[in-house]
Amino acid sequence: MFKFSASKQLRDFSLDISLQVADGEIMVLMGGNGAGKTTILRLTAGLLTPDTGMIETGKKILYHHQSKINCPVQDRNIGYVFQNAAVFPHMSVYDNVAFGLRARRVDSLELADRTDEWMDRLAISDLAAVRAGHISGGQKQRVALARAMATKPDLLMLDEPFTALDRNNQIAVREWICLCVREQKIPCLLVTHNPADAEAVGDSVCLIDRGRVIEDDNMRMLF
Amino acid sequence: MRQKIGIWFGKGVGAFLILIVCLFLSLPLIALLLRVTPELLATYIPNETVQKALWLSITTSIISMAIVIFIGTPAAYFHSRSYYPGKSFVDTLIDLPLVLPPAVAGLALLLLFGRTGLLGKYLNVIGIDIAFTTVAVVLAQIFVASPFYIRQAKALFEQLDPAYEETAKTLGSSSLRTFLFIILPLCATGLTSGAIMTFARALGEFGATIMFAGNLPGITQTMPLAIYAAMQGDFDVAITISVLLVAISLAIMLTVKLLTDKWRYNV
Repeated sequence: MFKFSASKQLRDFSLDISLQVADGEIMVLMGGNGAGKTTILRLTAGLLTPDTGMIETGKKILYHHQSKINCPVQDRNIGYVFQNAAVFPHMSVYDNVAFGLRARRVDSLELADRTDEWMDRLAISDLAAVRAGHISGGQKQRVALARAMATKPDLLMLDEPFTALDRNNQIAVREWICLCVREQKIPCLLVTHNPADAEAVGDSVCLIDRGRVIEDDNMRMLF
Repeated sequence: MRQKIGIWFGKGVGAFLILIVCLFLSLPLIALLLRVTPELLATYIPNETVQKALWLSITTSIISMAIVIFIGTPAAYFHSRSYYPGKSFVDTLIDLPLVLPPAVAGLALLLLFGRTGLLGKYLNVIGIDIAFTTVAVVLAQIFVASPFYIRQAKALFEQLDPAYEETAKTLGSSSLRTFLFIILPLCATGLTSGAIMTFARALGEFGATIMFAGNLPGITQTMPLAIYAAMQGDFDVAITISVLLVAISLAIMLTVKLLTDKWRYNV
């Protein structure tokens, strides 16, 4: 169970949010531009520090203001897929997927197994030797997802993973995300603007405006 | 019709101006190359003065470039990633050698490292003399050429999408690993062209070197200084060295062009 309860003074408003996401479930964060959705992901990843509060993934306390716990970004074990996928364009697809495992010094046999496994699952094995800068947008999203999942994260976070994808790729990437989260039984936060995406993949949705939750409900009640 | 005449007139003026620029830049080089014959090159390239100057220029320029890369790359990275008081002053300081007359740079270096200079007087006590040595040549080259690399590196690091760095960190990569395996390769093309431009500037350095290092054959007499010395003696030597410098400069510019065209990642 992922628990987030933190506040942060931003330039225009104060973000004060409490969320909970169960293992194997996807919570969709929705709201207008600048509502604070990406800030929640960045606070969770450790790329920003909250002013107060507590963030935990169930396996680990990432941040606890009172106990002065602030786990470094590298040790949080979170799979974070950025909006533009941020695949490393100078590396092959294989090296992209293996990057997190190499960084964590996973032994070479396990590294090869896990990399091959996630490339198989996301159907990118045939691209293994291709330089990641030369693949399509949909393929980049799959590489980014495989790269995040190969590290066995305690939480998966995706920031607008469907933008810049055509309809077929959107449907495919939605399916991959659901597959990853359900199979691995990890909580997932997904930021999107599109209610159709939320309906397709979300178990719950959280509407955010100016740093506050204005609606937090089960998908069935909203759609 | 009148509009068509206007367009053709505009195009004609543009072509004429481009022609003037091209002539102005190429005619002096053509004049130089017209004086060269294969016999002249065959006679003077093995000349001791030419050989010494060529060897000294290339070795000192490579050393200067290596020092600038080694210190300038991490310095530019930290500068681009941090906010500190006086940052804009540091920006100006980095750019200053670009507009400072090299003779002034040479004089300033002499007043710092000379035997009675600000630092030189202390170095002299422990037996270290820098002015009028090969070390002085390298220091003068670093002073005038470093902005070509550091400015470029700073701009590249600032323009790089932070998502790459942040993704690497969320994947467990240390700051050093992220710098070595993500940031440096993504900026490699620009850094390489910056380094080559630094080498080229160091190779052509004259003013600061003659003021700070002097003009001692085999010790501080680089190719531009050897041209200056030969002008008062053997004019053919000056022409031979000049042609060598033109050839090296052209090769450098072509290399930069090829690298920037070929190594562009589809980011």
